[in-house]
Amino acid sequence: MLEVTGLKKVYESTGREAVGDLSFQLDAGELACVVGPSGCGKTTLLRCVAGLLAPTAGTIRVAGVPVTGPPDNMAVVFQEYGRSLFPWMTVQQNVELPLKEKKLPKVRRAELVAESLAAVGLADVPRSYPWQLSGGMQQRVAIARALAYEPEVLLMDEPFAAVDAQTRGELEDLVLRIWQRLGTTTLFITHDIDEAIYLGQRVIVLSSSPTVVLEDVKVDLPPERDQLATRALPRFTELRGHVYAQIQRAKDTR
Amino acid sequence: MTVTERPGLGLRLLRLLGLPILLILAWWAFSVTSESFYVPTPPRVVQAFAETWFSPRLIDDALPSVARLLAGYALATVLGVGLGVPIGLSVRLRAAAEPVLEFFRAIPPPVLVPLIMLLAGIDNGMKILVIVSGCVWPILLNTVEGVRALDQVLSDTCRMYGVRGRSRLRHLVLRGASPQIMAGLRQALSVGIILMVISEMFASSSGLGFTIVLFQRGFAIPEMWSGILLLGLLGFGLSVIFRWMERRVLSWHWSHRA
Ligand SMILES: Nc1ncnc2c1ncn2[C@@H]1O[C@H](COP(=O)(O)OP(=O)(O)OP(=O)(O)O)[C@@H](O)[C@H]1O
Ligand SMILES: [Mg+2]
Repeated sequence: MLEVTGLKKVYESTGREAVGDLSFQLDAGELACVVGPSGCGKTTLLRCVAGLLAPTAGTIRVAGVPVTGPPDNMAVVFQEYGRSLFPWMTVQQNVELPLKEKKLPKVRRAELVAESLAAVGLADVPRSYPWQLSGGMQQRVAIARALAYEPEVLLMDEPFAAVDAQTRGELEDLVLRIWQRLGTTTLFITHDIDEAIYLGQRVIVLSSSPTVVLEDVKVDLPPERDQLATRALPRFTELRGHVYAQIQRAKDTR
Repeated sequence: MTVTERPGLGLRLLRLLGLPILLILAWWAFSVTSESFYVPTPPRVVQAFAETWFSPRLIDDALPSVARLLAGYALATVLGVGLGVPIGLSVRLRAAAEPVLEFFRAIPPPVLVPLIMLLAGIDNGMKILVIVSGCVWPILLNTVEGVRALDQVLSDTCRMYGVRGRSRLRHLVLRGASPQIMAGLRQALSVGIILMVISEMFASSSGLGFTIVLFQRGFAIPEMWSGILLLGLLGFGLSVIFRWMERRVLSWHWSHRA
């Protein structure tokens, strides 16, 4: 579904090479997490995959089609959720705008907005403005907007980095539930190793900048995840230790 | 949501009217004690105001002035925003245009009056042109600044979700730049009032500026003062209307930053 081949990105303005020679692929319906040290080039990778940034070399294909600009069947939840919502629009208008651009009929739009807001537990605030909501709620609106868009591929860039631990756990479970229900191919970027293992079927470990894939770890945990039980499994601890060691090694050999 | 109680009606009125009343009293004291012919007492000015302006003069002189002001202001808004958006959006256009814009902005608009008179004559068109030539710069430069500073994440969001073209202009560019555009419009309003008066003082046969000069030349001093009073009231009224509009357009902006 998503193929990244030989991706390389050098920022022309600074001459800085953010992404080295990076390749991986996701099958349809897969949920993979990308972890890497802070500043290694995760956001750069995501912006290339999303077609927002032209790669210096390499190709990206979504459902076999090379990406040259943002693909129609893709949605993104950005790291800076507060800035990705339109402050002059209500929650409902924020979620509905992309659907209007898709030229969906009004009835269908209303359905999708209501469904997706209900799915993220925000059915009761459609008329509020984003700045009237807490950080966690704003991020839910951004997720609801992505869901309502009905993408085939969903990209998320450290979506929960700025919310408190409690909310974070809830949002992680929300993402899992939605993914299990819809089977959307999902690339979830994080710097949190625990989060990556808890959510992913696979964890793609990145080196520090210029980043390459260090290892593609298969997460062989039972598919039903639970915040307490899953994190207490010996296998979870083992995987975490393994990924942690990889990242440490990547930092040292810089 | 506000925690502070609204003060009582009496207190609010006192705050609103306290200073104006004090100033009028001071003027009164000054004009009574002063022997000067040029400083009439407030009652005399009020009387002159009623006699001068509750008459056909309101329609013959005040109304055309206001109409020219509004026409010039509207034209400057269309021009300023219409040019400011493309300049703000394009890095290259901006690099080419910015020094020139700063130069024109630095020219005090009144000095253009004689020039525009030569080029465009002395009719309504000239006066409107003078107003446009002064009002357009604050609007244009503020629009450029507002559009340039649009949030990168929001603009990526638009690209991702297929918000392009007119819809992008409407939902992202104009709304995002609206706080700056409104700031430009506010500056332009005071510039516009000044230019309205000045353009009429140069060469005219009607208008508020013309009338004030006429009274001054005829030594109709209380009448001259009443004209100045009318201009003050006009400026105040327009600014109240402007503030009311601004509150509606930017409600999200203030709550969002509170
Ligand atoms: N627009 C840009 N121009 C030049 N260099 C950039 C730009 N954006 C990012 N970089 C550089 O590229 C490298 C990778 O940045 P990137 O934002 O992709 O990292 P990241 O892994 O997402 O970091 P974080 O964990 O902090 O989100 C950094 O060294 C950064 O300084
Ligand atoms: Mg990042």
